[in-house]
Amino acid sequence: MINWRSTFAIYRNELSRFRRTVFGSIVSPVLTTSLYFIVFGAAIGGRINEVDGVAYGAFIVPGLLMLTLLSESTSNASFGIYMPKFTGAIYELLSAPVGVAETLLGFVGAAATKSLILAAIILTTAMLFVDYTIAHPLFALVYIMLVAASFSLLGFILGVWAEGFEKLQMVPLLILTPLTFLGGTFYSIDMLPSPWDKIALANPIVYLVNGLRWTFYGQSDVSISVSLGLTLAFLAICVAVIAVIFRTGWRLRS
Amino acid sequence: MEPIPQPILDIRGLTKVYPGGLKALDNVDLEIRKGEIFALLGPNGAGKTTLIGAVCGMVRISSGTINAFGEDLSRHWRSARQRIGLVPQELGFDMFDTVERQVGYSRGLFGRAPDANRIEEVLRSLSLWDKRGEEIRKLSGGMKRRVLIAKALAHDPELLFLDEPTAGVDVELRRDMWRQIGALREQGVTVILTTHYLEEAEEMADRVGVIDKGRLLLVDEKDAMMRRLGRTEAHFALAAQLPELPPVLRDYPVTLSDDGRTLCYRGGDGTGKGKAEVAAVATALVQSGIVFTALDQKESSLEDIFVDLVERQGLAA
Repeated sequence: MINWRSTFAIYRNELSRFRRTVFGSIVSPVLTTSLYFIVFGAAIGGRINEVDGVAYGAFIVPGLLMLTLLSESTSNASFGIYMPKFTGAIYELLSAPVGVAETLLGFVGAAATKSLILAAIILTTAMLFVDYTIAHPLFALVYIMLVAASFSLLGFILGVWAEGFEKLQMVPLLILTPLTFLGGTFYSIDMLPSPWDKIALANPIVYLVNGLRWTFYGQSDVSISVSLGLTLAFLAICVAVIAVIFRTGWRLRS
Repeated sequence: MEPIPQPILDIRGLTKVYPGGLKALDNVDLEIRKGEIFALLGPNGAGKTTLIGAVCGMVRISSGTINAFGEDLSRHWRSARQRIGLVPQELGFDMFDTVERQVGYSRGLFGRAPDANRIEEVLRSLSLWDKRGEEIRKLSGGMKRRVLIAKALAHDPELLFLDEPTAGVDVELRRDMWRQIGALREQGVTVILTTHYLEEAEEMADRVGVIDKGRLLLVDEKDAMMRRLGRTEAHFALAAQLPELPPVLRDYPVTLSDDGRTLCYRGGDGTGKGKAEVAAVATALVQSGIVFTALDQKESSLEDIFVDLVERQGLAA
């Protein structure tokens, strides 16, 4: 049976850490995203025609939101579990009456919550620069939560795997950010010349960006059901990997 | 006949082999009684921390069983861990958090409802109340160690592990911690501590276990161990050189030093026999007209017993 008090203690402790690092956690990503909106939305976007019937500034909103969601969810969760390993405080977690469920709900729940707060701030900030609408707001919320949870799980795995800060930064910086840039954040893959439009479909981030874009504008380069299915599959894989980590004690217990 | 109380912790055949082949624990059997202070002594790398880690969930055991509070720890780990506290050897916590919040976090993590009064009680008992709003990184080393103890006590454990609790702290703080551990015993908490300071075990422990190279060499009541393995040692500094051991001393375990200027008595059994024999040796010397100018006598400490045991084990291996 899940130990809810322990779960809540982890969740609250992680959010407390978030409050203490509010500049790095909120101001920095909001500032970065705002710069994207100024450069690509307001400055350059004004000179670009509509993409799939959507003004360019509005077109890039879901992609930029996804960029922040992926990197922040991954980083928050990976730091959340890596820091106790680094400081030695992991002993307390390992000796506490908590298993995989409490740890995941606590750490991943907190990381996902931070991402959702950030997503809300970014969407509000975007309103200052571009006009956009959300065609399926409820679906958008569910999808954002799903992506935040999935990549927080990925971050948790990275945090357990990492043996140094360098490795911790490797996946968000060297894999997720480039794939998101190439995943249709700033363009529709229809705009790519052949064969790059086909090759782009091998990039899993394309499905995430387009899934979110569908919830905003009701249209996307790929089917929403494929996007949703792949996101759920990714979430299931991450949960399974974490279950194995806890069962074997990999990189946690000696 | 009174029934034998069930041990609070019952370890059977515990073995831990690390990847690479290092056998950190070798078929360890150990019973811990409710309410006692048990000191686990051993040199560096003996397996003390691995043993604690195996009970507390940081180490995956290779074989053996651990029963805590009468239940199999591998199956009932959630309920057991709620009743176990651990003060680790290394300082490990979120240095940027405040003392009070970290101690409150520990209470919640171990499944206990928030209780500001209890947290205040714990912090006051460790002289941390005035520091409750401070970031842990700003505290002195001794205070940080107290925070670790406060975190371990926050959920009111019945079984408390202290892994080298006074390593690196000054003498005054060490004495202070001994008092606190004594207070925990008064409250009925069972304490298992590992230590390098044999004085610590001698001062506080009810029972002592000696571990080396993963094997538990001996477990006994501290007093019984002192009685059984205790020795008296006395050195008589002679006024004049003796060519040989005087015949009146042949019935005693006495030796003459190579330079013929010191008589050394090594004997007794910790029951007072040694002291009586030293007095008899002194009387015999006086009666024989052998003048001695100084007498240096000491009872063997737990440290002597420990060193002797570990050395004997080393020779046997």
